[in-house]
Amino acid sequence: MKNHIRLLLVILILILAVSVTAAQDEEPLVVFAAYATPIEEPWDGVIHVALQAAADEGRIEYEYQDEIGYSGDMEIVLREVAEETAPDVIFGDAFGNEEAVRRVARDYPDIAFVFGSGLGPAQPNLSVFDNWIHEPAYLSGLIAGSVTESGIVGVVGGYPVPEVNRIVNAFIQGVTEVNEEAEVRVTFINSWFDPAAAQEAAQAQVDAGADILFAERFGVIDVAAENELWAFGNMSDQNELAPETVITGPVWDMGPTIDFVLDQVEAGSYTGLDLKDFSMMAYGGASLAPLYGFEQTLDADLLKMVREREQQITDGLFRVNIDEATPNGAVVPENTTIGG
Amino acid sequence: MDSLILLFAAMLRISTPILFASLGETLVERAGVLNLGIEGTLLLSAFSGFVAAQFTGSLWLGLVAAVLTGIALSLLMGLLTVTFGLSQHVCGLGITLLASGVALFAFRLIYGGASTPPALETSFVTLDILPGTAFAPLFSQHWLTYISLLCVPLVHWLLYRTAFGLRLRAVGEQPEAADTAGINVYKMRYLALILGGAFMGLAGAFLSLAQLGAFSHGIINGRGWVAIAIVIFGNWLPYRVLAGALLFGGVQALQLRLQAEGVPLPYELLLALPYILTIVAIAFVGRNASYPAALLKPYRRE
Repeated sequence: MKNHIRLLLVILILILAVSVTAAQDEEPLVVFAAYATPIEEPWDGVIHVALQAAADEGRIEYEYQDEIGYSGDMEIVLREVAEETAPDVIFGDAFGNEEAVRRVARDYPDIAFVFGSGLGPAQPNLSVFDNWIHEPAYLSGLIAGSVTESGIVGVVGGYPVPEVNRIVNAFIQGVTEVNEEAEVRVTFINSWFDPAAAQEAAQAQVDAGADILFAERFGVIDVAAENELWAFGNMSDQNELAPETVITGPVWDMGPTIDFVLDQVEAGSYTGLDLKDFSMMAYGGASLAPLYGFEQTLDADLLKMVREREQQITDGLFRVNIDEATPNGAVVPENTTIGG
Repeated sequence: MDSLILLFAAMLRISTPILFASLGETLVERAGVLNLGIEGTLLLSAFSGFVAAQFTGSLWLGLVAAVLTGIALSLLMGLLTVTFGLSQHVCGLGITLLASGVALFAFRLIYGGASTPPALETSFVTLDILPGTAFAPLFSQHWLTYISLLCVPLVHWLLYRTAFGLRLRAVGEQPEAADTAGINVYKMRYLALILGGAFMGLAGAFLSLAQLGAFSHGIINGRGWVAIAIVIFGNWLPYRVLAGALLFGGVQALQLRLQAEGVPLPYELLLALPYILTIVAIAFVGRNASYPAALLKPYRRE
């Protein structure tokens, strides 16, 4: 008798569940994300934050796995997800796992694969994106070159890989545009996560005469604050870390990329693309972080110039060079041509 | 001159966590236990110290928590390798994996995947011993740095001038003979592990409570493994371990300065410099390495 009641209950719940889902006219897309690093890493963190926001709005059902690493697990995770949940879209970062991601994408053409990658898209279903935040990095450089008094600008970065080089080179372009005499010195710490090493690298920059720092990695801003210098953050708005110290910095927002992909998938018109533009300023994927208190502190003419240049970039009237070569800390780059 | 002082100041800062960790590892290995759990122990200590300091508002309680964490993980190492006599390699690596996993999992639970590392309101202050003189920057260090340097003669004294040290070394060289002489091998190894764990806790605490006042992934970033190499380089002698830690810290400080000065050498070479030097040094010194004879050997009473 008890069993019958239980069975009835189960059936009732099932019917309810079915009718509830049927009642919804639009089902949220199912999105999975596969991250090689922990989501605390700023790069993957930006993707995660934007997807989580889409999930909170109810636009997608979002699940993720992070810290997958670079030793072959990416392919296993992707195949498992593709087989078992068959999500509509899989986001992730393909750096260090490029071939594995491409192999799996080829085998599941009905799933949209949208990956952070240093390589190109592949038909029919693999799109690529990256943090194309060189434009606000250039704008930051304009400020750095203008406010430095010692003429030495310090940069502390993780690894000299293309996405970092691009940002650093654009920053250098900005510095030298307004200050031909200025020297930009770049230190790499060979880690994405080692704030103590970044701190020491920054201290070495300060000891060598740098009076303004670009913090591609965490740890640098503390040193700037201790020495009462100014610094630029990177990737997200880092003003809250030290409001007196952090002027601004390039910010990456994956929202526009994600919105575009979801629109395409919903419309049934998704295809493999390089989504670069959606991470740039014209589409709102990149921006210069708010200046907060520095709005008053900085020279008004400088601010006006930066805002004008910002507007030109957003309107498509000014292009910032894309240079992915390792910046050489020893040599000040020649006056880079602008407008390319 | 000034830049030399600044270089030495950076050397001391960079060496501190490595020195604490290597001194701890020296004590443990001297008793015959290779503690490869060191890397994970440093991470979990740094984390627990940070969390305790943040939730209680007291850096000192954070320090205590870090030290207790180091001791607890070392006791686990003792349970597995001393009491159960399991492989030290396997158990040590297992503890590193376990401790790292616990630290990062707890981090996720407490701080929910924050991509900005959580930070303390304040961290341990620096002590200026010679303010106003030319040497001021060199002696403007965290007090833990001074303590780490004072610990070197202390550990030397403990190992070579006390009966406790004699017993500790005896169980690392000839546990059977030591046992015959009435020394409790298990007890000595546990005591060495506890002391060593406390040092590892200090190493972790230095990073999260003094140098950074924050916690993030990669806060340890291989410093535990470097400590293992430094112990071999130092031939299990505290003063030579100090020399090794200073050498590593010094070269690291130097290469960062060379990069900052814009020396036209490839980054890769500069970045690899401290590691290359450590390997070269070990290759030379390691030939005469006098390993504690009972290292890696579990002791079983007949």
